[in-house]
Amino acid sequence: MPDLRNRPGLGVAPLVLGGTTALLMLGWAVGANAPETSVLSEFPQALVDGIKFGLIVATGAIGLSLIFGTTKMINFAHGELITLGAIVAWYFQSIGLPLWLAALVAVVAGAGFGGALELGLWRPLRKRRTGLFQLLIISLGLSLAVRHIYLIVFGGASKAYSAFRVQDSWNFWGVSMTPRDLGIMVTAVLVVSGTAWMIHSTPIGQAMRAVADNRDLAEASGISVKRVILVVWMMGSGLAAVGGVLLGLDGSVSWDMGFAILMVVFAAVILGGLGKSNGALVGALAIGLVSQLSTLFSPPELRIFWALLALMVVLLVRPQGILGSRNATRIG
Amino acid sequence: MDVLIDALRTALGPQAALYALAAVGLNLHYGYTGMLNFGQVGFMLVGAYGIAIGVSTFGWPLWAALILTIVAAVGYALLLGLPTVRLRADYLAITTLAAGEAMRLLFRSHSTEEVTGGVFGLTRFANEFYELNPIPRGRYGFGNLVFSHQTLWVMIVGWVLAVAAALLVWRLAKSPWGRVALSIREDEEVVRSAGKSVVSIKIQSLVLGGVMGAGAGAVLAISQQAVAPDAFIPEVTFFAYAAVILGGVGRAWGPLVGAVMFWFLISVFDSGIRALADTGAMPDQLFSADALGAYRFVLVGFGLMALMIFRPQGIFGDRNEMVLGDH
Repeated sequence: MPDLRNRPGLGVAPLVLGGTTALLMLGWAVGANAPETSVLSEFPQALVDGIKFGLIVATGAIGLSLIFGTTKMINFAHGELITLGAIVAWYFQSIGLPLWLAALVAVVAGAGFGGALELGLWRPLRKRRTGLFQLLIISLGLSLAVRHIYLIVFGGASKAYSAFRVQDSWNFWGVSMTPRDLGIMVTAVLVVSGTAWMIHSTPIGQAMRAVADNRDLAEASGISVKRVILVVWMMGSGLAAVGGVLLGLDGSVSWDMGFAILMVVFAAVILGGLGKSNGALVGALAIGLVSQLSTLFSPPELRIFWALLALMVVLLVRPQGILGSRNATRIG
Repeated sequence: MDVLIDALRTALGPQAALYALAAVGLNLHYGYTGMLNFGQVGFMLVGAYGIAIGVSTFGWPLWAALILTIVAAVGYALLLGLPTVRLRADYLAITTLAAGEAMRLLFRSHSTEEVTGGVFGLTRFANEFYELNPIPRGRYGFGNLVFSHQTLWVMIVGWVLAVAAALLVWRLAKSPWGRVALSIREDEEVVRSAGKSVVSIKIQSLVLGGVMGAGAGAVLAISQQAVAPDAFIPEVTFFAYAAVILGGVGRAWGPLVGAVMFWFLISVFDSGIRALADTGAMPDQLFSADALGAYRFVLVGFGLMALMIFRPQGIFGDRNEMVLGDH
């Protein structure tokens, strides 16, 4: 059970900040002293790439975790919400809008789609008392259908955002980074910390945590659970859209990009403890680091493989995740 | 008429047979034990590559490769099951889906190319199987519905395996083991308080259904004389789910009927889409080479949703049997 007494943010912020700083210092120390072109000299670059990838994954993972926290349903169509953001932003920037504005449109469209799904699909299904298994298969069917609608409408080829395609990179301490990379990371940090602030410090955020903690109690205390769940769906989908734009900016936009990253998002959410939004951030950073650091000793196409392997190991030794509580996951 | 004959050929052919076999295993997981396995394709991959690697890479005879396949499938099921069956139902769903994808990524990687053949996979490892074919060379069937002697041989073996698997599930469901499995599906707590081990029954079910999935993979590999990693995308599992649900969840013979119905419908639908594309009434962009193959997935996706919303027990299932996960 998520716990309100356990003031979120207080325990996690130092952990994330401290851990990241320590790793960066280690990376710098190793990278600065290592001979050229050895595995160690590539370490700082992999570290920075890992943090960037982790931050992108976090925008998707936090949304998924919020939705799970309040509805207890894992949304297998979350990857398609990520893709939606990327595709909508691509479309609007291709007709001449600046990317930031196109991204904003994409977030609004994402939130709108999420809200529509809640109102048109999930709320009526909850009213019918549809079982958990059915809900999971329904979200899977939705994912399958929507993903292939993207394929039909958007086409099978990958497309890149026209802005920021080629940039000169800065080189420092053995790390090369483009302004675009920095922009991705800063945006992700701002969005993630803004979300964390909202969850922890606003009335609607408090209501979300109350519903996640004990739905009946929240309802009895006068919280409109329906409204909270609607807000969570819109917020989670909007966050996923941000993740999609950042992911598209980092690489390219394609019809199955969200589904390709979905497993990594799941891994992040489980690693951090299902339903814990701050856990999702920790989990995402950990998964991002695992996948990028794996490139130091194994071929890059196996990045995702290592991330998924990490998920299996975590499930084996600590199924409740890094921050999760034990009784939330076990059923016996 | 040609459309219907094409559809019938698909619905009876090796592909439907192997999906039926995979779906029987999935039905054992989902319909009988209440386990949401979203990665049946992972078992199929293990089965297909077990045969291919055994024969092509190691140079073993077919029977030895078959044993390798079964051992590998059991190992894979234990690897997946032991960490997850104690957890909430959705963990198994995520883990099985993730593991299937992880296997595909591993098998298509450069680093495993010497064993798996990388992106291109392996070919020509089933000659021994076709040499065993007792059917005289020729073409068999009625009217336009004909199969070559080789296809017919794979078909017969595939359907015999699928029927045998369904028979096994049918017998198991009537046994004490099956009654415990069914009660796990209904309410784990009750089973636990009766002193039965939920974990061991679930693991046994996962292993048995997984071996059936691996058998389906082996039939796939043999029928095409080729395996490639990208044939094992997650969508394969969802097709098998569609077959299970169409035929009736928790019905021993359901997956067989479901697989035939599924491939019949898919084939008719694909012909319809192609006919629509040929009329030129719709913008060409919607019928590009990429798009043309995508429609069936849209159909399956919405079809799964509609079935789960309106008839979660499947077309021929019993409603009272099948209100799952409703705690």
